Amino acid sequence: MIPHLLSASDLDRDTATLVLDTAQGMASAMTGREVRKLPTLRGRTVVNLFFEDSTRTRVSFEAAAKRLSADVVTFSAKGSSVSKGESLKDTALTLQAMGADAVVVRHSASGAPHRLTGWLNGSVINAGDGTHEHPTQALLDAYTIRQRMGRFDGLRVTIVGDVLHSRVARSNVALLTTFGARVTLVAPPTLLPVGVSAWPVEVSYDLDSVLPDTDVVMMLRVQRERMGDSFFPSAREYSRRYGLDVTRMGRLPEESIVMHPGPMIRGMEIAADVADSERSVIVDQVTNGVLVRMAVLYLMLSGEKGTML
Amino acid sequence: MADAAHDQVGEVRPDRQILSPSDISRVIDRIAHQILEKTRGATDTVLLGIPTRGVPLATRLAERIATFEGLTIPHGALDVTLYRDDLRIRGARALGPTDVPAAGVDGRRVILVDDVLYSGRTVRAALNALYDLGRPSQVQLAVLVDRGHRQLPIRADYVGKNIPTAASETVSVLLSEHDGVDAVRLSGGAT
Repeated sequence: MIPHLLSASDLDRDTATLVLDTAQGMASAMTGREVRKLPTLRGRTVVNLFFEDSTRTRVSFEAAAKRLSADVVTFSAKGSSVSKGESLKDTALTLQAMGADAVVVRHSASGAPHRLTGWLNGSVINAGDGTHEHPTQALLDAYTIRQRMGRFDGLRVTIVGDVLHSRVARSNVALLTTFGARVTLVAPPTLLPVGVSAWPVEVSYDLDSVLPDTDVVMMLRVQRERMGDSFFPSAREYSRRYGLDVTRMGRLPEESIVMHPGPMIRGMEIAADVADSERSVIVDQVTNGVLVRMAVLYLMLSGEKGTML
Repeated sequence: MADAAHDQVGEVRPDRQILSPSDISRVIDRIAHQILEKTRGATDTVLLGIPTRGVPLATRLAERIATFEGLTIPHGALDVTLYRDDLRIRGARALGPTDVPAAGVDGRRVILVDDVLYSGRTVRAALNALYDLGRPSQVQLAVLVDRGHRQLPIRADYVGKNIPTAASETVSVLLSEHDGVDAVRLSGGAT
């Protein structure tokens, strides 16, 4: 029973499976329809509170809420009273007064969604906070993996790139290990967080040696906006050691898949030919993102607060 | 949909079996014949079962119609959970399968199939779900058991058995596909 979705580690295996199964049910309910809209959350209000730019996550949540007939209010910090100096708390109290049933929040500060839960009656869904977590991304990645591979137990997942700044990596490590997958992180030493040795993962600095034992390779975006230039010598060198090109993809076992949370920097972390190859499930990830977010909204907003999740 | 248990007052009566496996099989045969008769051969007809137990009932009806007339009727499942009006009160429910035959529902006669007809709210949700899928020429309703206590102006076209019940009683439909046994039982209610 969780009233909010703040972290992928809040989800035990049963709850996470329930979310994936519900997303699958959403897919089956949405196929072959004349009307691509369900009346499930009619009269409920979902506020998208985005303090950081993120077109794809915002649009994905918006599409999910609208397909379930919720009213969607988008509140982006730029041009709002936040840029005039309004505090997070006052913004929260305003939303509370407007009767938001759920608040989807993206914030550059890790822990901001957690702070919001103290000020709001509605459910808070973390849509990415700083370098901390992005649980719905992990859920949609898990959904995509289950769709293509059919299992998690013993599955070998390699997460490559800027783990240090990646909330996607953190949430995925938590969720995938909950599901029983084996996770390996591959990154330059400078882009691994302190204390990574305590994580339930293996760590490697050599992508080529890991690829032959990989079922799923998850490329991360190099977050230039969160770092100076001091983490690796040059984009070219990073690309040569940690980028996924066609030759490297050839080292993967035949059935394995390639993932990327987007937005991609083609040519740097992933080659265009790889991103567009048959192994790439990047487009599926986007489609599944809407289904998984529909499932989360449905489970969190039906009934009294937090009756299902 | 199976009914929820209600609060009991006084002594609880023991479970009573209303339909045995052979009764259920006869009832399904009869409904299959009635469908053929009422629809004059069941052409352009689609059977859609409402999960959970409406789905195997729809499959069985299609099989019986195939046996009697050598006619293959498309059949599938229509989950109505996302259309229910009690989600706010009773919370999220697990979703069932939706599987509409490839031919779709446009211009066809759709027969909704469920195990128990009670308040009529599930059927109301099914009608809304159906009209988001397309525009059937006609919609009919077949149920194994009608236990009364309607809250909406809905009646079934084909009824396996009318069972007069008290609101405090529970009707359980068991089907071998889900429960390993075929039976309809009535439980609860004061003596």
